[in-house]
Parts: sequence; structure tokens; C-alpha cells
Amino acid sequence: MTTIDRPTITSGGLAGVPLSLEPLTRKDFTSDQEVRWCPGCGDYAVLAAFQGFMPDLGIKKENTVIVSGIGCSSRFPYYVDSFGMHSIHGRATAIATGVATARPDAAVFVITGDGDALSIGGNHLIHILRRNVNVTILLFNNRIYGLTKGQYSPTSELGKVTKTTPFGSLDNPFNPVSLAIGAEATFVARTIDSDRKHLTSVLTAAAAHRGTSFVEIYQNCPIFNDNAFEAVKDRETSADAIIPLTHGEPIRFGEGQRLGVVRDPRTGEFSVVEVDAVGVDALVVHDAHISDPSYAFGLSRLTDSGVLHRAPIGIFRSVEAPAYDDLAREQVALATDGRANDDAALQDLVNGGDTWLVDDPED
Amino acid sequence: MTEVRTLDRVVIRFAGDSGDGMQLTGDRFTADSAVFGNDISTLPNFPAEIRAPAGTLPGVSSFQLHFANYDIMTPGDRPDVLVAMNPAALKANIADVPRGGLVIADTADFTTRNLAKVGYAANPLEDGSLADYQLHALDLTGMTVAAVKEFGLSRKDASRAKNMFALGLLSWLYHRPTEGTLAFLTTKFASKPAIRDANVTAFKTGYAFGETTEVFAVSYEVAPAPMPSGRYRQISGNLALSLGLVAAARKSGLPMFLGSYPITPASDILHELSKHKRFGITTFQAEDEIAGVGAALGASFAGHIGVTTTSGPGMALKAETIGLGVMTELPLVIIDVQRAGPSTGMPTKTEQADLLQVMFGRNGESPVPVIAASTPADCFDTAIEAVRIAIKYRTPVIVLSDGYIANGAEPWQVPDVAAIPPIDPQFATEANATDAAGKPLFLPYLRDEETLARPWAIPGTEGLQHRIGGIEKARDTGAVSYDPANHDEMVRTRQAKIDGIVRDIPDVVVDDPTGPDGSRARTLVLGWGSTYGPIAAAVRRVRNSGRQVAQAHLRHLNPFPANLGEVLRSYDRVVVPEMNLGQLALLLRGKYLVDVHSYSRVRGLPISLSELARDLELEIDALPEPAPFEGAFA
Repeated sequence: MTTIDRPTITSGGLAGVPLSLEPLTRKDFTSDQEVRWCPGCGDYAVLAAFQGFMPDLGIKKENTVIVSGIGCSSRFPYYVDSFGMHSIHGRATAIATGVATARPDAAVFVITGDGDALSIGGNHLIHILRRNVNVTILLFNNRIYGLTKGQYSPTSELGKVTKTTPFGSLDNPFNPVSLAIGAEATFVARTIDSDRKHLTSVLTAAAAHRGTSFVEIYQNCPIFNDNAFEAVKDRETSADAIIPLTHGEPIRFGEGQRLGVVRDPRTGEFSVVEVDAVGVDALVVHDAHISDPSYAFGLSRLTDSGVLHRAPIGIFRSVEAPAYDDLAREQVALATDGRANDDAALQDLVNGGDTWLVDDPED
Repeated sequence: MTEVRTLDRVVIRFAGDSGDGMQLTGDRFTADSAVFGNDISTLPNFPAEIRAPAGTLPGVSSFQLHFANYDIMTPGDRPDVLVAMNPAALKANIADVPRGGLVIADTADFTTRNLAKVGYAANPLEDGSLADYQLHALDLTGMTVAAVKEFGLSRKDASRAKNMFALGLLSWLYHRPTEGTLAFLTTKFASKPAIRDANVTAFKTGYAFGETTEVFAVSYEVAPAPMPSGRYRQISGNLALSLGLVAAARKSGLPMFLGSYPITPASDILHELSKHKRFGITTFQAEDEIAGVGAALGASFAGHIGVTTTSGPGMALKAETIGLGVMTELPLVIIDVQRAGPSTGMPTKTEQADLLQVMFGRNGESPVPVIAASTPADCFDTAIEAVRIAIKYRTPVIVLSDGYIANGAEPWQVPDVAAIPPIDPQFATEANATDAAGKPLFLPYLRDEETLARPWAIPGTEGLQHRIGGIEKARDTGAVSYDPANHDEMVRTRQAKIDGIVRDIPDVVVDDPTGPDGSRARTLVLGWGSTYGPIAAAVRRVRNSGRQVAQAHLRHLNPFPANLGEVLRSYDRVVVPEMNLGQLALLLRGKYLVDVHSYSRVRGLPISLSELARDLELEIDALPEPAPFEGAFA
């Protein structure tokens, strides 16, 4: 493997990943493959933001590994000039767990969608989150199945009419952020495909976080679920629809900053109020570092579960906790304890405790 | 003075309730016999329930041990001695004991209630129904409790040592060394002095009881078996597989990543490897079977040896990921310790019925090398062979073991690990082509001309960034391709790569001694996997009857050895014994158009050697005389 010592990043999510000696550009992270998403697909914007922010991380592109599952978004690795695996439906998080545990010098990203991560891959998602494997997950949520041409997804609103639900869907949707916080994910954020600046800042924070970073990206599917996020994207309505979360700032939004978020001290429930009615001091000052997940979970409930009119955007939760892969490598290192892994050690192991010698004089 | 009689071989079965410590008792007797120098073969048999209701037939746990003064192949069909700790154990096992066999029963548990539980109307120890056996009805529990009184244990705790009393008695009866068990008990219960002393005392009292009582008129000796000089240990299949994996990791110089989900009877491999992190082995207990193999494949992509271990139901779940391994052409080792199926089947019972699943149980044309271990000790070499093929050919490899050899034990001459050849991972380190402009280019699917293996370029290797995945690959570049001609070529190339492994595996060896008159056998018995023991023993018996029979055993099931077709066609009759409904037979018929005779037994138990020997004799005797050669004068 590595034969020369290379300068590496020393802390955070990318600790141990070697730095590029030359500055890289967006072009360095662009592969020779033609991008083949539908015209107007939100995935283009996410890809552009990704290729734009990767050079800023300063790491070597050959130490970047992108693992995806199946679905429109999962074609993503083909378009980035790094190591990549377009795997099977729902399993990217499991595969990425193996990659991240094996290689402390790799920056590992998972690209997945609402169907891939929350339906078929739901089990692996909650387990990578609880283990806190050092991986950054980008969940492209378009609230529909795109690649299979328009069936409802686990984030589609109740009553949604699709090819498989001509009379309206009967399933309650997941709120991906609530789900991740429920699994006690250590970094949980939400952003929007069309807001390049916000997307970039969230991805940068996610990559810098050690442990699993979970980023839900509201992503428009112009073919099968167009305008699903219109409320948060439209300039006319977005001010009242987006609840921006900024650590250390009061949670305040709306036209003229007239709305704010308060928390009922008795139930812990969050609600949106007119700031004038309660006064600025009554507003919640966002603290993403609270270790108890109840706070971030409560905030996540401000998201509409039906047709989207309002949603908090930003980093809900960012807390420090040991990463699984670091601990796993530490156990191996401790067990090794400087002892040689050589034939003599292997011979001792193979001999075991109880052996006996046969001395056949005829031999 | 007790008479001492010399025997060549003895089969003992310890049977009791799940909580009676029968597995431990059997293990200890085995270890003492192995150290004494006997050849041994064991068959643990226990219920899937951790604690089935006490005293019931489903709760019976047994351990059978065969020890001899010559090399034996099986744990024996029928026990010469049955130790029954309760009525259920007697009822569940007595039918297997031949008339005249020795039965030692603990009378303490033969209460009216316990008898009724298993449907005995009268006490079989008293009603004469066991008159055809050498019955010794002894109050093992009562004698144990009396012997350990001084340690102040409750009656319940004191009676728990009854298995050691029984072991002591049997150790006297068969002249076993006692040092091993005494040392074992001292270490095992080091932190509980009262329990330790009770067990040691029970064991010694049992031994002394045999020596002083006049109940047993005869004791027995079984001399050590001649074995080649060397260092030996006792080993089970799961342990041998684990050690083989550690050895393969060491020999490849690569870290190993085991991603697994607990499942009977494969879990012991995960348990064992978890202890050996110092050899660069990472073990990951995944959330399910799919995540286990997925993480292993991810680790392989990252440059480790990815391994996953499971049994039949887990194999079904891993199929899609193994297919991804076939498409991405990455090394991966999948170990299937088979058990009786379908579905949950009988988790603690053995079977060989996953062969067709592992050969074909994936979508598309998805060839995977398959190799099978034949004995507990053979699992060691099989694991190394699997890693070697996986790395050299960049492919998933499936190893078949089963519950019988996984849990069974035999003596193993410990190999000199320095003599195990290294496995070179040959990572790609630089570009392997140039583009039109003459710039270096890395083609992730440019193949080695000899092996057809693609380069293994791992993350962190400058200039070798590439993308792989489950979608069909264009030749050389590995880019996504829906081109019809390319798909046809890639399907054939993947098949040719696996088929080509035939050049890298040994021919099947036929054991076919020429008769005294220069004649040769006309019948070949061909097996695979854990049927090796029963087949070899049956063949020996058939030969002893004066008949001729040839024997061959397959380790490589995909591809088959190069000479297999020729071997099959050189016999008038080929008999294939399997613990399934004829899966290898189907493959052989399909590939070689040879009319092999399937011999199938699917009882969750190893094939009975005496039954097989008898049936082989019938088959050989029924073989029609060869037709007279008619061409000579035509």
C-alpha cells in the first residue's frame, strides 16, 4: 500500500487522509463519463456542488471513495474521478462500512436516495448511524421513485397518487432527519439542491465531522415529482417556508424575520410563533451540540409530513462521539501491541494449547 | 481383580439433558483419548433450543466418540456404550445400541414423573426390558452428592458434578489418562474453588468407584493408533477453518476483514476469529447477513481480504452481493457451513444440500469457484485454497463445510506454517495502457492473459482512480456498457476465467488398488465434502469383504478437476453418496453425460458407514458381467 509518508489531515472527519501536494480543481474531480440524468434534474446541482467543494478539502482524489446504491442518484460515482462503487440496492451503507473500517486514509462518501436508503436499505442506514462509522451520507430525497419511473417512495406524502397508488398512497412517510436523529446519528443536516452556497457549507461541515454525517438533500425530480419542494425553493414563499438553523443564533425567519421558534418548557415541543407576540428573548437559540437527541428530534418535527410548506434547513445536530471504525482499528492495534505478525506467531496459534508428540520409530 | 480386555475400537455415547454437561464430558473424554494417542472422531448432537424443557425427548443432548488403535474415518454408526443420565436420554438413544452393548444409567432421575414425561409406563431399568444389554443402573447423582458434601454446595449445585463422576468412571473403564481433565477442571473453575473441588472430587470418586466396586468385571484397553511422527492436536472443522483463514491472511501479507451475522453452525468461526485481531483481523458482527457480506466486499475493494461466514439461509440472503462480487471481480471468500434445510430446517443437524444453491443461486450467468472440505482437519487447507483462488483470480470463492465436520473433531498433525506458500496479492500500482495521445491510462478491466484476472487497484493508489459496479462493464475500460456484443463477450469471459482455474488445481486422485490377481475395480465411489469419512470407512469394509471398489473425493466442485470426465468414464459404475437428493450426481450427469448412481440420505446425520458398505456390496454384486468383446472377429 502506501510506501512513503504523506502529509495528512490531522483532525476531524478527514483525519488520516493524505493531502494533495498540488492544488486541485473541479476538473480534477470530473470523470470522463457523460452525465446522464434527465434535463433539469436536481442531481446536476448536487454533483456540481460536490465537485466544487472537493478541491477545497485539499485531500488527494485517489483517497476519496464514493459508494452508492441503486437509483438515479446512485449513478453519481461514475461522474467523479475518484475510487467509486455503484453497488446494489440499499446496501451502499453496508459496503461503505467495510471500506471505512479497512482504510483510515480514505474519505468515504455514500450517495443514496429516499428509496435506496429508507426502503430497501433502511436497516443498514440505522445501523451505520448507531455505529457512527466515519462516512458522509448524502441522501437525495426527491420523494418519488425515479429510476423505476414514478412509484411513491417512503418519503412521499400520504395520499400521493402515483402509478402504484392510483387511489392515493396509504403509507405514512418517513421524515429522514427524524429517523436519523432517532438512530442517534451524530451529525444530521438538511439542505436544498438549488441553494449551492448552503449545500456547500453543509457538505463541508459534514465532511469535517468524525463519525457518520447524514445530510438530507431536498432534490427536485422534474419528471415524476416536479415542484415537490416548490415552497422552499420559490423566492416568493421560501422566506416563510425555510426555518434556517444556525448554531448559536435564535431560530428566526419569515418575511421581515417576523416568525420564530419557541419550545414549550413543559412538553419540550417546538412551535412557530409571531416574534412580536412572544418577544425575541423567548426564541430558541439553536444549539447543535446538545448531546441528548431529543432537542434535535423535536426541531425536526417542524417539518411538514404532507405536502411540503415548511421545513427547518441546516445542521440539526453535530455532536462528538467515538467513530466505530476508529475503535475497530484501535482494538486491532491494541491486540497487536507491537508484536510481530510472523510465521512464529502463526505457528504458536496453530499449535494451540493441548498438543502431543508422536514419535514413530519406523518413520 | 478386574479382567483387562484389549479392544481395537470403542464407540461411546454420552447422553443427558441439555443442562447435564454432556458436550463437555464428551470433549474431555475425546481430549484425553487424543493425548493418549488413539485416533478419534466425534459427533456432537444437540438440540437447537438452548434449554428445552428438562427431562423431555427434545431436550436430549448427546456426544458420540469413536476411538481406536488404527486410523478411523467416522464417529461410528452405533455406540458400544451408552451413558444415559435420565429416562429421556435412554429412550432417545437405546435403539442405536446393539444388543449386548453396555448401558450405564443414572437411576436418580428415573422417577415416576420423569418416566411418565417420556412415555415409559414402567421403569425400564427394573422391568427387564433391557435384559439384552449389559445394564449398569447406578445412582451417579447420589454418589456424587455424597462425595462432594464437604464443599458445602446446595444439592442442586452438587449434583451438577455428576457428569464428572460419570467421566471418571468411564476413564477408569477404558484406562484413560486423567491428568488432562484434572488440569482442565482446575483452570476452568479457578475462580470458584468450591465448584472446582467438587468437580475434581466427583471425577476422582467416579474413577475410584470403578476401581473398587465389583460391578464391572472387565475393563478395557484401546492401544494408541500408529500415526506418522509429528506434533498433533485435536481440531474441529470450524476451528480449522478459522486457523486456515488466519494463516492465509498471514501468507498474503494482507489484513483480513470478516463480516458476519451469527448463525448455527457457522458462528464459531466468527467467535474464533474475533480472538485473533493481533494477526490483523478485523471482525464485524453485522446487522444482518447482507450487511456482513456487503461490508466484506467493501473491505475487499479497499484492499483487505473480505470474508463472510454463514449457513444455508444466510447464503440465500447474500446471493445478490456475491453477484456484485462476480461483476466487480473482487476477491471475496464466502463460507457456508451447511445445515439441514430448506428454510430454517434443522439448524443443529448436518446436510449437503446447498451445492446447487451455491453453484447457481444467483441471477444471470454468475460463475463462482466452489470448494468443499472433507474432514475437520481438511478445513484448514481448504480455507487457504479459497483465499488463494479469490486473490489470484479476483473472484468470490465459496467454501462448503457442514455441521458434521464443523463440530466434529479429529487428531490433526500440526503443519509447519513456514512451508505454506505465500499468496501474492499483486496490487496494481501504475497505469497499464496509454490513451490515443500517449498519456498513461489505467484500464480496470484489462485482463491478465493467463488467468483473465483484472487488476486489483485499491484506494490511495495515485492515478488508478476508477469506478466499478453491478452494471455490465465495457471490456478493458470497465465503463457502463449496454452493447450486445460486449455483454456476450463479458459473460463468456467471466465464465472462461472461472473455468480456467482448472489449470491451477490438481487432478482428482483415485484410490484403486489392484487386486491380487491384477484385476481392477469396476465400481467407483465418488464423494465430496464431509461424506469422506463414511465413504472411506465403507470402502475399507467392502474391500475387506473381498470385493474391489475404487474411491475418489472432490475438493474442487467448480471447476471440476481436469481429469474427472476421464475418471468417470473409466468405470462401469459410479456411485455418488451425498446427504442430499443427488446434487453432485445431477452436475456430473449434466456435464459428463455419465450415468452416475446417486446414493442419497438426508436424515440430518452423517451417512451410516455400515449401511453404505452393505449397499455398495449389493451394487457391486449386481453389476452385470461386462459384455464379451464382439469386435475382434468382425
